[in-house]
Amino acid sequence: MAKSKKIAEIAKKTSSFCPGCGHGVVIRLITECLEELGQDKNIIFGIGVGCSSLLGGVLETDRLHCLHGRAGAVCTSMKRVNPDNIVVAYQGDGDAYSIGLAETTSAAYRNEKFTAILVNNTNYGMTGGQMSNTTMPGQKTTTSPMGRDCAITGNPIKFPELVADQFNAAYVARGAVNTPANINKLKGYIKNALEAQINGEGYSVVEVLSPCPTNWGMSPLKAMERIENELIPYYPLGEFKTREVK
Amino acid sequence: MGDMIKGNEAIAEAAVRAGARLYAGYPITPSTEIMEYLSWRMPEIGGTFVQAESELAGINMVVGGAACGVRSFTASSGPGMSLKQEGITQLYDEELAAVVINVVRYGNGIGTLHTAQCDYLRETRGGGNGDYRTIVLCPESIQEAVDLTGLAFDLAEKYRTVATLMTEGALGQMMEPCELPEFKEVKRQPWGFDGKYSYKKVGIFDRDSMKEAVLLNEKHDLIKANEQRWEDGDIEDADYVFVAYGLPGRSTKGAVEQLKAQGHKVGFIRPIIAWPFPENAFAKVNPNVKGFITVEANATGQLVDDVALTVKKSMKSDIPVYCLPYVYGIPAMKAIQEDFVKIAAGEIKEVY
Repeated sequence: MAKSKKIAEIAKKTSSFCPGCGHGVVIRLITECLEELGQDKNIIFGIGVGCSSLLGGVLETDRLHCLHGRAGAVCTSMKRVNPDNIVVAYQGDGDAYSIGLAETTSAAYRNEKFTAILVNNTNYGMTGGQMSNTTMPGQKTTTSPMGRDCAITGNPIKFPELVADQFNAAYVARGAVNTPANINKLKGYIKNALEAQINGEGYSVVEVLSPCPTNWGMSPLKAMERIENELIPYYPLGEFKTREVK
Repeated sequence: MGDMIKGNEAIAEAAVRAGARLYAGYPITPSTEIMEYLSWRMPEIGGTFVQAESELAGINMVVGGAACGVRSFTASSGPGMSLKQEGITQLYDEELAAVVINVVRYGNGIGTLHTAQCDYLRETRGGGNGDYRTIVLCPESIQEAVDLTGLAFDLAEKYRTVATLMTEGALGQMMEPCELPEFKEVKRQPWGFDGKYSYKKVGIFDRDSMKEAVLLNEKHDLIKANEQRWEDGDIEDADYVFVAYGLPGRSTKGAVEQLKAQGHKVGFIRPIIAWPFPENAFAKVNPNVKGFITVEANATGQLVDDVALTVKKSMKSDIPVYCLPYVYGIPAMKAIQEDFVKIAAGEIKEVY
């Protein structure tokens, strides 16, 4: 008989994400990890603007709906004044990598000791699918209707690679929610990131490739295939900087 | 009489003694000494100091500290304060207590480095989106700046709002003898985040703004009733009443003394808190007063609007309201006297 898995207590409320959206999976993984690590009653979220903001109605935790792009700054001070709490910035690519690039990058640069979970669905979801800094070359969005021309917009940003290569962060990884195997790996990454924070090792970040069927104009299944065939070859999965085992 | 101390450093030390334990900001003249001082002072007393990557990040770090119930503040000037507006309206919206210091400099856009009062309308109206006000305290001396810094934190927490210390470049840069207050016990607000979800929040999509608007007006009415602060002199039988705040307020007081010595019947009102505006001060003004005169360090006259509105509201008559905008700097007592003579002679027209 199939055994149903318990939903983490702090995420039992109904969410209103679109059918086929990956956010629900990511949130469930984060909350499961927090529960398994015994930190689900010791958590503060800095939530981004956009689809991330729907977490406000879901999570039974301390949480602040940050201004667009600024969660990196807000979480910086939350963690500094509450070093014993787990602090998680939860943002999308438009939030963290476009409008909030300065705050996100600077928090990583300073090696702030919170965890950033950055959901990359290659567009601004909530405002109706505009181009973001992670929109793929040639991808059609409402503001790149002819397909993204990287000659005039720059190339899609690879934030985890930047952090792993240039900064002294504690933990950097990229996962995806397109297959059960990748979801299981992603959960391991999130747990590693949170453990890095628990141990006070420094900045930890997990980028998540996530589908946006509504704005991609695809069925949920086709959206998952797009992640596999188009996104993962450009945004490779894995741990770019692992924790030192002490 | 205390030791000589620079205005900006006195304000920074006063904040520390008031229990502030998080400062985040970005340098800008003429406020920077506040930040430089705190870069060593905050760590020394176990507080948090962050040199933010921008004013935007700085005020959002204040948001994070305030959300955790810690006395948090930032300081800036003209263009930097413009960037901080989104965080200030956020602080207000979330009912977080925080203090913002504007060491005002002159000019639009990137502005200049001259001391001025050109941010009056922005600070007293709320410069960000939405309709809100912050409590605005405007000192005339370093001693008063120190006293008002402590008060700013107390009022911010009492009403769960933002308090703005609106001072001027010259006050930040000058030195005066000053008595610093005793250290306050550092307390966290019980509603601050502690990771345990003790104080439940609603999400952005669950809010009832109609109900919140009623509460917001109730809060504003309470602040208006309780927190009007001003200094006045000789207004009961004055022919003309000067209104000025900050350092121009201080020189206006001097000008009033000299004009009285010359036989003129003049008085003054010096707002110590600019929002809420000290309407109650106008209740004891001579009902037969011939005019009000604002003395301001800006180009167009800003305080004059509040004076005219208050005259209309509390005196219920068509009393002329004049404005002496000296652009930047601290107006000299001599200049104020000379311009008063022109007003009395009908050579300067009323604004309202």
